[in-house]
Amino acid sequence: MAKVLMKGNEAIGEAAIRAGCLNYFAYPITPQSEVAEYLSRRMGEVDGVFLQGESEVAVSYMIFGAAGAGARVFTTSSSPGISLMSEAMSYIAAAQCPAVFVNIMRGGPGLGGILPSQGDYFQATKSVGHGDFRLLVMAPASVQEAVEMTMQAFPLAEKYRNPVMILGDGLIGQMMEPVEFPDHLKVEPVDNSSWATSGMDHRGSKTRNLVKSLFLDPAALNNNNLVLKAKYERMQREEVRWETYNGDGDYDALIVSYGTMSRVCRTAIDNMQAEGLTVAMLRPQTLFPFPEQAVYEAATREQCRVVISVEMSMGQMVEDVQRSVKGHRPVQWYGKCGGEVPTPEEIVEVVTESLAAN
Amino acid sequence: MAKGKTFSKPKALSDAHTHYCPGCTHGIIHRLVAEAIDDLGIRGRTVGVAPVGCAVLAYNYFNCDFQEAAHGRAPAMATGIKRVRPDLMVFTYQGDGDLASIGLGEIVHAANRGEKFTTIFVNNAIYGMTGGQMAPTTMPDQRTTTSPFGRKADEVGMPMRMAELLASLATPAYVTRQAVLRPKHINKARKAIKQAFTYQVASRCFTFVEVVSTCPTNWGMTPTDAIDWAEETLLPYYPLGEFKVPE
Amino acid sequence: MQSEIMFAGFGGQGILLSGKLLALAAMEEGAEVCWIPSYGPEMRGGTAYCTVVIGDRPIGSPIIRNPRHLIAMNRPSLEKFAPVVKPEGVILVNSSLIPIDSGRDDVDELKVPTVEIARELGNVRCANIVALAAFVARTQVVKLENLRECVKTEFARKPKVIPVNMEAIEAGVKAAGGIP
Repeated sequence: MAKVLMKGNEAIGEAAIRAGCLNYFAYPITPQSEVAEYLSRRMGEVDGVFLQGESEVAVSYMIFGAAGAGARVFTTSSSPGISLMSEAMSYIAAAQCPAVFVNIMRGGPGLGGILPSQGDYFQATKSVGHGDFRLLVMAPASVQEAVEMTMQAFPLAEKYRNPVMILGDGLIGQMMEPVEFPDHLKVEPVDNSSWATSGMDHRGSKTRNLVKSLFLDPAALNNNNLVLKAKYERMQREEVRWETYNGDGDYDALIVSYGTMSRVCRTAIDNMQAEGLTVAMLRPQTLFPFPEQAVYEAATREQCRVVISVEMSMGQMVEDVQRSVKGHRPVQWYGKCGGEVPTPEEIVEVVTESLAAN
Repeated sequence: MAKGKTFSKPKALSDAHTHYCPGCTHGIIHRLVAEAIDDLGIRGRTVGVAPVGCAVLAYNYFNCDFQEAAHGRAPAMATGIKRVRPDLMVFTYQGDGDLASIGLGEIVHAANRGEKFTTIFVNNAIYGMTGGQMAPTTMPDQRTTTSPFGRKADEVGMPMRMAELLASLATPAYVTRQAVLRPKHINKARKAIKQAFTYQVASRCFTFVEVVSTCPTNWGMTPTDAIDWAEETLLPYYPLGEFKVPE
Repeated sequence: MQSEIMFAGFGGQGILLSGKLLALAAMEEGAEVCWIPSYGPEMRGGTAYCTVVIGDRPIGSPIIRNPRHLIAMNRPSLEKFAPVVKPEGVILVNSSLIPIDSGRDDVDELKVPTVEIARELGNVRCANIVALAAFVARTQVVKLENLRECVKTEFARKPKVIPVNMEAIEAGVKAAGGIP
């Protein structure tokens, strides 16, 4: 199929449909409202479900209800809206239902701003809601990657019966780039007859199914948490994804950066290379599970003297980078947020100064 | 010997013993809902949504598919289920704290969208599960653990009449208030609940049955005193009857 | 090799569409492209701008502080962005609305009275296409033929406006002094 030029938000909506997700509930919020606008037209064409709910809170429980009934379903929002949906994510994870949440991040905290940010890293990877659970978090760096990750999110959510989050930023949602929708990423329906409340007649069963998150018996709750833990450990074994840039040979410094920020770093690395300074980048594509081993190995290459986590936040992913490097190299943070995006020139300056000091 | 009707348990109820207090009317309402499901032969395509509150464990007492919601969110979950699977018969079973307080937005908007599910709203004028705190439906001067000197209307307003509130919406719906205090009430409530599910089977409209009930434990009364108090105090403020029927 | 083209003006001048058409034409030629809008609060104030990046390898930073070229459709845009254009770039000045120069002597300044030209063609709304065509003629950043095709595709649902936009392209090329 030929490439088409699409806005990230619209491409994410189309990608969900191409993956076989025909159910979408949402509430408008800048900078991702184009997903809802696009799907309000498009879902009708494919005989799908589109509903604008009364709040992010309600939408997130519509997602829970639909997922519990066995439907492939997703929603999109942006930072303040994701906070409101985080309660339901906890319930969905506890009840072990598959669902996809897209967060097109904007600046925070509070109402913040509407420009791109990566301030929700902690929220997405550490503690989106209450209780012991995780999301599988994927971070696209281009519209094409947003398309592919959205399509891949559904089978992953179904494989783990756990919410998956696509963590983009305002630029990923707002910019237009050429995209293709790979046919091979279309997802076949899965058999959910063992757990979904699809109706006993529908699945030809005499036993009812129950979707719930309440376990008043401490042993039963502990057991449910162990089941979840085992799934997260399996994610850490099977789903870690990352990419390196300029990292084949020796390099003096390693940048760790994800999403839109990593593209700015790529330009900075090209500019430094032109000046004879070799710097590599490791770009996590999954933020949970975090590519700990890969970061460790890339950071501890013989010539590499310093590791810099570059983020559109006040220093969040840097904690995972430090954890991964285990003290073998100095790790520092550089970033801006609130809609300010570090420029290639600033990154070159930070790397140069850091190398001079280490 | 003439073949008489023997008392039996509806298929839509499970064999589990309920955790409800002595004199609690949840058991009666469960039974009325289960009878409607049996009568209409829809158990195999029914999904219930349990609330947070005393009926949080309702999923253990019904024998059909069930989902358990967060506090107040049952109408949103029912919306999700019904929108993706309109062939399923979906009902929420909610108390007054759940529906009229924390979940007010969800119930009003679900009703206003005309979501084609059924809500059973149990109004006993108090929070039961958490230990007898004031609800939006608590009566003026009624003592609760958070209104120890009685509900003061000038501080926290008057009790909310949910059936009237929902009936005021322009979207077509079936909205009724019933009670389970005396046998005559129970017979009418049975008919209303079955009517609600019948409308749902025909995909007619949003259907809402408020059921005035008692909470002897948290009211601090014997079950019979509780029934008397409900008749004397609740029914004048919460009149029974149909507030809206689809045309 | 990478080119960054900034389009700036009032909301309603077709700024975002001009950028999209250029990105589409470049994409058809097999280039890597990225169209980046301004969607911040400034959008609400009535000004609009977007940047199109065209390259021969995947586009890195989508944050462009110093574009190679600028198409300025109103005076505030010229005043704001002319100083940041890279030396030897093209600055197209919509002289219908902008009575001043760019103030740069190290760029190729191209003045085009887009509104008068569009009005003569009978549709003032195609001033943005006049500007875009003049810019493409001057910079050769994409082939004019591809631009024509992209305009036709973009307006496929409004076929009535295609002829006047084709005329706008020719008029723009002429205003730029033809194809060098």
